[in-house]
Amino acid sequence: MPYYANIAVSILFDGLAYAMFLFIVSVGLSVTMGLMGFVNLAHGAFAMAGGYVVVSLTRSLGIGFVPALVIAAFAVGAVSVVFERGLYRRLYKATDLEQVLLTIGLAFMAIATATYFYGPIPKSVPLPEWLQGDINLGFRSFPSYRAFLIVLGAVLIAVLWYAFERTNIGAKIRAAVDNRRMAESVGINVDLLFTLTFAVGSGLAALGGGLAIQLFGLSPSFAVLYLVLFLIVVAVGGLGSFKGTLLAALVLGIIDTAGKYLYADAGGFFVYAITVAVLLVKPAGFYGRE
Amino acid sequence: MAASETINPQRKQARERAAAHLLSRHHFHWAEALPWVIAIAAFYVFPDRMTFGNQVLVMVLFALSLDLILGYAGIVTLGHAAFFGLGAYTVGLGAARLGWTEPISGLFAAALISAFAGLITGWFLLRYRGLTLLMLTLATAIMLQEAGNLRSDFSGGYDGLPGLEFKPLFGVFGYDLYGRTNYVYALVVLAVVFYFVRRIVYSPFGQALTGIRENVRRMHAIGSPVHRRLVTVYTIAAGIAGIAGALFTQTNAYVTLTVFDFENSAKVMVMLILGGTGRLYGAFIGAVVYMVLEDHLSKLSPTFWQFGIGLLLVLAVLFARRGLLGLLEDAGKYLKKKKVQS
Repeated sequence: MPYYANIAVSILFDGLAYAMFLFIVSVGLSVTMGLMGFVNLAHGAFAMAGGYVVVSLTRSLGIGFVPALVIAAFAVGAVSVVFERGLYRRLYKATDLEQVLLTIGLAFMAIATATYFYGPIPKSVPLPEWLQGDINLGFRSFPSYRAFLIVLGAVLIAVLWYAFERTNIGAKIRAAVDNRRMAESVGINVDLLFTLTFAVGSGLAALGGGLAIQLFGLSPSFAVLYLVLFLIVVAVGGLGSFKGTLLAALVLGIIDTAGKYLYADAGGFFVYAITVAVLLVKPAGFYGRE
Repeated sequence: MAASETINPQRKQARERAAAHLLSRHHFHWAEALPWVIAIAAFYVFPDRMTFGNQVLVMVLFALSLDLILGYAGIVTLGHAAFFGLGAYTVGLGAARLGWTEPISGLFAAALISAFAGLITGWFLLRYRGLTLLMLTLATAIMLQEAGNLRSDFSGGYDGLPGLEFKPLFGVFGYDLYGRTNYVYALVVLAVVFYFVRRIVYSPFGQALTGIRENVRRMHAIGSPVHRRLVTVYTIAAGIAGIAGALFTQTNAYVTLTVFDFENSAKVMVMLILGGTGRLYGAFIGAVVYMVLEDHLSKLSPTFWQFGIGLLLVLAVLFARRGLLGLLEDAGKYLKKKKVQS
């Protein structure tokens, strides 16, 4: 294969895997922010918590990687309900600033707790054999783990799309994002809906956190380091928009990967430049409501 | 005029009291001397901790600049470190690459460059609100950091510009090992800037800012040029943050790209919230309390300190939304009430 085509395929493949990770973590954040307008800077902390649950389950209890991912998602989703009911609920009507401060505070506490129990050194996770090495697709081989990530992401997108666009609960969520007051007055219990989406969103974030260990390594600073990217995906995609989050994750994931392949010195510059460009033209993101 | 002559005396009295309050609220209260007395006393009581004291003063100045836009105009930004960093690098690069080591002209240059950046970015960004504004301000700061990293041959990158040397102040006051000159220098700069900020806050312009914070729609409705006012105060605050950054570089004699960090933006916001927003002296109390706590607790255990600051933030949002000064005020009111009752 010619040199440039080879690089283009690599960028597309790695970018796609990265985009799937971004999407899995950000979609829940987008929907909860769209529903309640709640600025949740602790979302990265839920992802980090998921990562550490996976590390503990695989390293200490010897549970397989995939079952550990599932358990982490459910466990973190369940725990997040406690936070939503106990803390977040009090601040739905508060200002952006107060929400930002509360959730930054929670993120700091999460980072400190993780450092206390796991130490600041990045952790890795033992993978099953079928996720190690490369997979040959005929014209060239790809790392199995990234292929797994892309397939898993595609399946999740299909499932979430079905739940969001074709089920009764999905219709209710869309109605509440569009117009919360109207939805409440036709008898939709938006509070309950919010708790549900919050739990699902946090669970997905935990899943994303578990998946990220192999890609980036897991250290306590994960909670803030990648948070900016999740928020950017949400802002660029448009609050509460499924389509928008997917599109933003793909665009940003592939551009970031391309930037790092072709122009390594610039680091994350391209992602932020694209973000500023998109938001200046469309302040509410690709599919957001003005 | 006829109508005003026929109003009843009680209303007239109330009106006069309100006018007197408006006319006198910018007068200096005796308690306002307190922080300055303490700052001067610290110079004599802790002569060997002046390097730390100087860092506190720089953060007070930085928090004060944030108070102008966050506390008075109600602009929530996650990228205020951009202007601090620009100021820091104006002086740093000036000294390292151009040999411009005169400190006071350096401060002015830093203020001008940061203010110009504030004008340009503010002009574009202040049309937006909520999450969009948060992301755009954050992205601005990170882009500056990435740009610095891209040209690390010029900026020194994350290794920084170490060992900068500046000329003595006015060509007379050299730098001593204990940082006493620096402390006095920072204190004088802070006092001058503070006087300027205080004038702004109590001017009609400052009133218009408070109006925008409280109710944007009404300010639009009465014909106030909202966007122009916001850009103006953003520019001023950016300039002040630039001065704080320049002081930081001059007094530490080094600077690295970490000044642009999100953590730096978040830290100054935490300080301001802790002290209390929209009340000038919140910046003083918040920065002092935060820095002293950090100095003591992070020596014990950085993890413990980070947990503590997170907990403090959560508690502040839930129970003390007006900061430590707000709590003091509440306590004062409560005591007064008790006195009246008994």
